Amino acid sequence: MNAMAELWIDVGTVEDVPLRGARVITSEKGDIAVFRTAAGTLFALRDRCPHKGGPLSQGIVHDDGVACPLHNWVIDLSTGAARGADTGCTPVIPLRTEAGRILIDLSALR
Amino acid sequence: MTERLVVVGNGMAAGRVLEHLTEQAPGAYEITVFGAEPRVNYNRILLSPVLSGEKTFEQIVTHDDAWYAGRGIDLVKGREIVAIDRAARTVTAKDGTVAPYDKLLIAIGSMPFIVPVPGHKLPGVVAYRDLDDVNTMLAAAEKGGSAVVIGGGLLGLEAAAGLKMRGMEVTVLHLMPTLMERQLDVAAGHLLQQAMEARGIRVITRANTHSILGESRVTGVRLDDGTEIAADIVVMAVGIRPNATLAKAAGLAVNRGLLVDDHMRTDDPAILAVGECVEHRGQCYGLVAPLFEMAKVVAAQLAGDASAAYEGSVTSTKLKVTGVDLFSAGDFAEGEGREEIVLRDAARGVYKRLVIKDERLIGAVMYGETADGGWFFDLLRKGAPITEMRDTLIFGQAFVGGAALDPMAAVAALPDEAEICGCNGVCKGKITGTITEKGLTTLDEVRAHTKASASCGSCTGLVEQLMQLTLGEKFARAAVMPICACTTLGHDDVRRLILAKGLKSVPAVMQELEWKTSCGCSKCRPALNYYLLAAWPGEYEDDSQSRFINERVHANIQKDGTYSVVPRMWGGVTTAAELRAIADVADKFAIPTVKVTGGQRIDLLGVKKEDLPAVWADLNAAGMVSGHAYGKALRTVKTCVGSEWCRFGTQDSTGLGIRIEKFTWGSWTPAKVKMGVSGCPRNCAESTCKDIGVICVDSGYDIHFAGAAGLDIKGTEVLGHVDTEDEALEVIVALLQAYREQARYLERIYKWTKRVGVDSIRAQVLDDVEKRKALFARFVFSQQFAQVDPWAERVAGAEAHEFRPLARLETLEAAE
Repeated sequence: MNAMAELWIDVGTVEDVPLRGARVITSEKGDIAVFRTAAGTLFALRDRCPHKGGPLSQGIVHDDGVACPLHNWVIDLSTGAARGADTGCTPVIPLRTEAGRILIDLSALR
Repeated sequence: MTERLVVVGNGMAAGRVLEHLTEQAPGAYEITVFGAEPRVNYNRILLSPVLSGEKTFEQIVTHDDAWYAGRGIDLVKGREIVAIDRAARTVTAKDGTVAPYDKLLIAIGSMPFIVPVPGHKLPGVVAYRDLDDVNTMLAAAEKGGSAVVIGGGLLGLEAAAGLKMRGMEVTVLHLMPTLMERQLDVAAGHLLQQAMEARGIRVITRANTHSILGESRVTGVRLDDGTEIAADIVVMAVGIRPNATLAKAAGLAVNRGLLVDDHMRTDDPAILAVGECVEHRGQCYGLVAPLFEMAKVVAAQLAGDASAAYEGSVTSTKLKVTGVDLFSAGDFAEGEGREEIVLRDAARGVYKRLVIKDERLIGAVMYGETADGGWFFDLLRKGAPITEMRDTLIFGQAFVGGAALDPMAAVAALPDEAEICGCNGVCKGKITGTITEKGLTTLDEVRAHTKASASCGSCTGLVEQLMQLTLGEKFARAAVMPICACTTLGHDDVRRLILAKGLKSVPAVMQELEWKTSCGCSKCRPALNYYLLAAWPGEYEDDSQSRFINERVHANIQKDGTYSVVPRMWGGVTTAAELRAIADVADKFAIPTVKVTGGQRIDLLGVKKEDLPAVWADLNAAGMVSGHAYGKALRTVKTCVGSEWCRFGTQDSTGLGIRIEKFTWGSWTPAKVKMGVSGCPRNCAESTCKDIGVICVDSGYDIHFAGAAGLDIKGTEVLGHVDTEDEALEVIVALLQAYREQARYLERIYKWTKRVGVDSIRAQVLDDVEKRKALFARFVFSQQFAQVDPWAERVAGAEAHEFRPLARLETLEAAE
């Protein structure tokens, strides 16, 4: 199969993810964090802070950023980049919703 | 021969089509209209003013009988069409009437969605769709009594407001956490709820209807949590769905609604459709503007313009409740490349939020001031670039120049009777009045004359703002460090204003105190959550998403993302059975490290998050509860063995330590609190470097506080001496409560003490017996809500989503 081909997988419903919160998807290629902002927008990132690998899914979600629980780096949910003076980037996992279901593209994990 | 046009349905969409058609191509068709309702066409969106009594039915009629007659339209009222024979090109009504057509227009609108809970068919359960529903509600309202409205969307709220104006007791039940969540963001939803409550309408969010109660007719509603609400009438306003049954039975292509193309044609070329019954490009609409746009296209098509096309609508919403100004349009979710502009004016109850992408406005939410709604909506629909006016965009169309926002507006807006100094009960009017009357110009003078800010000092910032408001340029106040970039206010100001203004939720604080961001940040949200919890015990609902992960999952996150678990060991005393249970847990869950902590208890390190509830269940079963080793809360009370065993012990230090810990556990505090009780001045429990420490002596108990043994090393200050154990407990608890009420979030006791002074604390918790007892009583009151083992709650299933992955992708390769 073409390594670039998209691989969309249904991982649950929108309501499964708390507003201003996150849930984890475990996989043998590493965990994925799915975030839902106050405004209801969903994002998915690798569940690893670019700083020390902290699980971003456990952080406080505000606006469209998340504060890492280990050392409070703030990661932008749409780009995966660290905000402010910190530099580093977490891979973004493509995500879309369809009739209340969340789908993520796993081709980025391969 | 003139072609025959049959219109099924006589609502707003059909009415608008007929208007356009008879204007553009009078006489082109022989028109027959079948309406299910026994009356002429009326403006359905004005049913709410009819319900509230602000309009009569006659005032909302769009087309009267003369209008139809004047255009040669045959209006057949009260006759519902039940079948379409596409081969024969006829429609059949319920009473058997058959009418032939050359062109058919389906415009039968939508059906109210009725939640199929037990009891939904009882008399007294009504939808909110047509005049008959309104008449049913009015008949109920005449008798008074109470109404429950299920659904906190546009229709539900209008129904609630109308019924309230008719004198009923009204409760709105809404499934989601905030009202009108599809049209409004959280902040505006919260303001709307306040406005509804101010009208005396009770609003219950997160309300899941379990059943509708009653034997022969409605008597009430029961929620999933067991709450029962009495009701003489229940209005279901949870939503609508396109009425596609007739079309489906006729074999037309139907999805959610009757499918139409851009020319508003169904898959049968002789049949067109319009309004809420259709689905166009995957969208079904329930608002009037899109229906009118569709109607224009349908009329043009019927008049012979085959190119007329409908391309979908951007919608906007306005709530039609007198005195509540609310507007929303477009897409106001957050997302990549989107920016927001937020304006909050607490004094006028205004909230506005604009969402911008690629220098164009894509969404707008406005509350309290909606005059510019049309202008924003226009910018949004046109996709006009806003670069030039970006800085002043949020002030609206009329804005020219203008001054910067006043950071003191929140204080200026306080009423004169708002309490500023809680210690001495001084209100705003007293302070400003005294400043003017006595010509005061310095903070010390104000303290001397009014006693405001003279005790704990936490209201100093506010008093200074009042001085600045009263004296203007003559007063230069010390700079206050804001909590974070989301606000200009400092911690003390926010705490005092939460009390003075009676703010009881995070969105309320952000709105009333004019937060600059829409939902705060990781710095201010945990602080606000704590302040609200401390201010309104039992009333404020903890916001778990505003807590750090450790407090959210009641365990300590470790560098590798695993957690540590520390059960409470009261006063550092354990038993063989507890130790055995801990050992069993360590084996069962393969916990890699078991370590004794500095606080005389045992830490289980490296527990997987998913295992936490099971680990807690086993510890609970052995009688152990959470040690709050993860919280801004009471951690440990370290003790020595005291008079029970020690040859030097003067008092039962172990017993006192256990008593203090059992009294104070579970309480949230600004920062962590560690205590110690030593049985003699040899001080084996190291009480003189704790937040609060006791040194037992022959004559009683020396109480110490404000020690530190972390980043800073500091011996304790002596608070004073008491004679009995009961007194010791009372003083310690009063001290803890004063700390809970007056310190800043994350400020340890020694830092708080350094800031406000040992004397001011001693005066409150030791010298002034009345104050001490009041502090003690407030702590006891709040403990009844706090002393619940969070582990047991989660073992029982609370917050289960925290501990389970959303999905496990174990067979990733296979999935390809």
